[in-house]
Amino acid sequence: MIKNGVGRWIPKSYTPFVSDDDFKSKKRKQVKKASSGETIFLQSLSEVFNKLNIKDGMTLSFHHHYRNGDHLLNMVAKEIVKRNLKNITLAPSGIFPVHEPIIPLLLNKNVTQIVTNYVSGPVAESISRGDLEKVLIMDTHGGRARAIEAGDLNIDIAFIAASAVDKKGNANGVDGKNPCGPLGYIIPDVLYAKHKVVVTDTIVSSLTTTEINGNDVDYVVTVNAIGDSSGIETGTTQMTRDPVQLKIARDTVRLLKDLDVIQNGFSFQTGAGATSIAVSHYLKDEMEKRQLKGRFVSGGITAKIVELFESSYFAELYDVQSFDLTAVNSYKNNQKHHFMDASLYANPFEPNNIARQLDVVILGAAEVDLDFNVNVTTSSTHQLIGGSGGHSDTAYEAKLTVITTNLFKSRIPFIRQRVQTVSTPGSSVDVVVTERGIAINPKRTDLIEKLKDSQLNIVTIDELYQLVTQITGQPKSISTSDKIIGLIRYRDGTIIDTIREVKK
Amino acid sequence: MKIFRTAGSYESNDCLVTVTKADGLTIEIESVVFEEFGDQIYAVALETLKQLKATNMHVHIKDKGALDYTIRARIKTAVKRLGDIRA
Amino acid sequence: MRKSLLFIPANQPGMLQNVDIFQADGIIFDLEDAVHLTEKDAARDLLKSFFNSVELKDVEAIVRIHHLDDIPAIINPRLDTICLPKADLEGLKKLNRALSTYERKYRLSKKIGVIALIETPESILNALAIAKAPRVNGILLGGEDLSTSLHVMRTVEGKEIEFARNMVIYAAKSAEIDAIDTPFTNVEDNKGLETDILHAKALGMNAKACIHPNQIELVNRLFMPSLTEIEFAKKVVIAMENAEKQGLGAFTVDGKMVDQPVITRALQVLKASEGYEDD
Repeated sequence: MIKNGVGRWIPKSYTPFVSDDDFKSKKRKQVKKASSGETIFLQSLSEVFNKLNIKDGMTLSFHHHYRNGDHLLNMVAKEIVKRNLKNITLAPSGIFPVHEPIIPLLLNKNVTQIVTNYVSGPVAESISRGDLEKVLIMDTHGGRARAIEAGDLNIDIAFIAASAVDKKGNANGVDGKNPCGPLGYIIPDVLYAKHKVVVTDTIVSSLTTTEINGNDVDYVVTVNAIGDSSGIETGTTQMTRDPVQLKIARDTVRLLKDLDVIQNGFSFQTGAGATSIAVSHYLKDEMEKRQLKGRFVSGGITAKIVELFESSYFAELYDVQSFDLTAVNSYKNNQKHHFMDASLYANPFEPNNIARQLDVVILGAAEVDLDFNVNVTTSSTHQLIGGSGGHSDTAYEAKLTVITTNLFKSRIPFIRQRVQTVSTPGSSVDVVVTERGIAINPKRTDLIEKLKDSQLNIVTIDELYQLVTQITGQPKSISTSDKIIGLIRYRDGTIIDTIREVKK
Repeated sequence: MKIFRTAGSYESNDCLVTVTKADGLTIEIESVVFEEFGDQIYAVALETLKQLKATNMHVHIKDKGALDYTIRARIKTAVKRLGDIRA
Repeated sequence: MRKSLLFIPANQPGMLQNVDIFQADGIIFDLEDAVHLTEKDAARDLLKSFFNSVELKDVEAIVRIHHLDDIPAIINPRLDTICLPKADLEGLKKLNRALSTYERKYRLSKKIGVIALIETPESILNALAIAKAPRVNGILLGGEDLSTSLHVMRTVEGKEIEFARNMVIYAAKSAEIDAIDTPFTNVEDNKGLETDILHAKALGMNAKACIHPNQIELVNRLFMPSLTEIEFAKKVVIAMENAEKQGLGAFTVDGKMVDQPVITRALQVLKASEGYEDD
């Protein structure tokens, strides 16, 4: 094993992570783009499997824009089982509880490898138990785009769920009876996969917008229902009433104020969790008070962000995925609500990527340590619970990265001496906001200087750690098995940490 | 039918303590944070029972992330309710 | 001068562990209405254990007792104030005696104060005597119970408690103690809360009790002097300092003569606005 740039041991055969800006010294690698002929319309997935001669060992990719309402991955899985294919690699950009039916494919070695950006639910538990034969590879959203264009992730067939397709094979995620929003994550697959199959439940005479060009599509298949729109809602879109979350959100906006970040023309991104929605709410109040207008807001889009946008607090909106139907509708109807593909969003080698233009990003954490490293991949009991998504990408690229987190919950501390798993390195993180104090990364002397007269409770990360230990007591560290069941591939292709099997 | 009393609740950040008259003194712990804090909870329980001069009871703690001072208080209340101790 | 006091059920550990982050001036740990009769013992044990383990910095620790017997169970060096429900002169006398006894017994270095919660028509009429009773440093109006005693509905508009509010205010100001308004019970209605606070403030209340942490921010903010008041107060102080330098007795601000009450008020305003972030 070799020690990498964040002090983690990784297997010798992989390239170790050096630093979050090491990619600057590397050259962009792009393999040849795939070509397609005329789009052929087929009757069933079975026909596709026959026509493309899908066999053992192939890599099949998918997007996760239907989130927990996805049907396609399970449909393809059924086909794999019917033909008793073996050693398939699945490369969906995200895996959700709805994908539980693929677990038998892991156990029976129909599927022996998975490459993804996010995995939660029963499949995550299954992989944590060691059911996947080969090592799980977890990319970031930007990293997956890079891996595909560089040939690190070699896709044989990309299965693309689309809510509507026209007669020429052009497709999008907004028309039709089951819209899911912009299909940002599958664009690299469309450009580089050997074969592209669009699957839909609605053929129209004309689309309101083209996200995928029919020239890039080999086959189109129509099924009954491509996905369940209601399944894209990740949780509540209502504002939280939890006083702790509200305090964190209020203090976060006060921090942005004290740092003079909230100005005309600024750009902003946050996630879909309860705290993020509350932050957006308080940000709106602040911008309303000072009659400000930001340049753009980006990311995975929720109704709260749409509210900010539609009330003209931001001039443009860049959308890589929709977290609810309000976002989908805004994208459909508003000219300035733009489509953003995964590479344009966060590929480190994309020179003007949107993340790089961000003034501030507000992110969450499952754990933060004394070096400001963040874990969003494993839980306190070493279970796989998610993955970076766009976390590492935006954390590095944005000018100011703020992590919001409880100090502790149900006695479990969120500030640790050392995170279990490094998802995002501390060098990308600038500020940690908890309900009991705000810590600034010591290397950001400029922020420390700017906040010296602030009324906020600014402390060191060590003080936060001492405080939480005082409150909860010192937790015993949970031992893991030695078996590595997953690798966390940083956005530049190097390995930043490993995931261990949970002890039975 | 064994004589027993309870105190606390199985709500988040609380614990439900059940004390039952028995021979000797035994402590049983179930906790949502057992791996991280099981030993700590046991130590706090033992110390509290010692201070109360508790004897001849089985103490069952069903914990949902209670901090030390809550565990101490719930044990004290349960033991007092059981009536053996004049605390 | 207090601005915000938050009621917390004393028997809920999940609430106790967050009292330091709510930014209320004081926390009222409630052993009375928020705790079921069969759980009073558990609440007392929990509160005592909490006080033994946790130091509350910058937050006043107040306990609303259910019965005088609660005092020996929860008395400790970190206790600042007792809130006496259904306070009347007799009850305050007994409480004073009990507190003196236990302060001596446990050799406490500080004198525990009392907030008198007045919730009956007779106590309202006796507000002045209550305000002047030993240890009493605040009167809290109990609007819900009072309305019940008056056989009227408690309303958002609050006409039924207007007289009581005035009595509390006049009594508190005569005794130079805090006049604390009754809680606004609809925790979902922020607009209603704002109207209620401004109304109470205009009458002369200087603080309000809260029943949910989400009410505190509004209470803290609105009981602060307004920017206009602060600007004027600053002008008065500067003009006063200048007048003193020039050896002048009387002086004007914005064309108006400034006399002692205006100066005193200006100093009060500046003191009340200390340490709070401006918006």
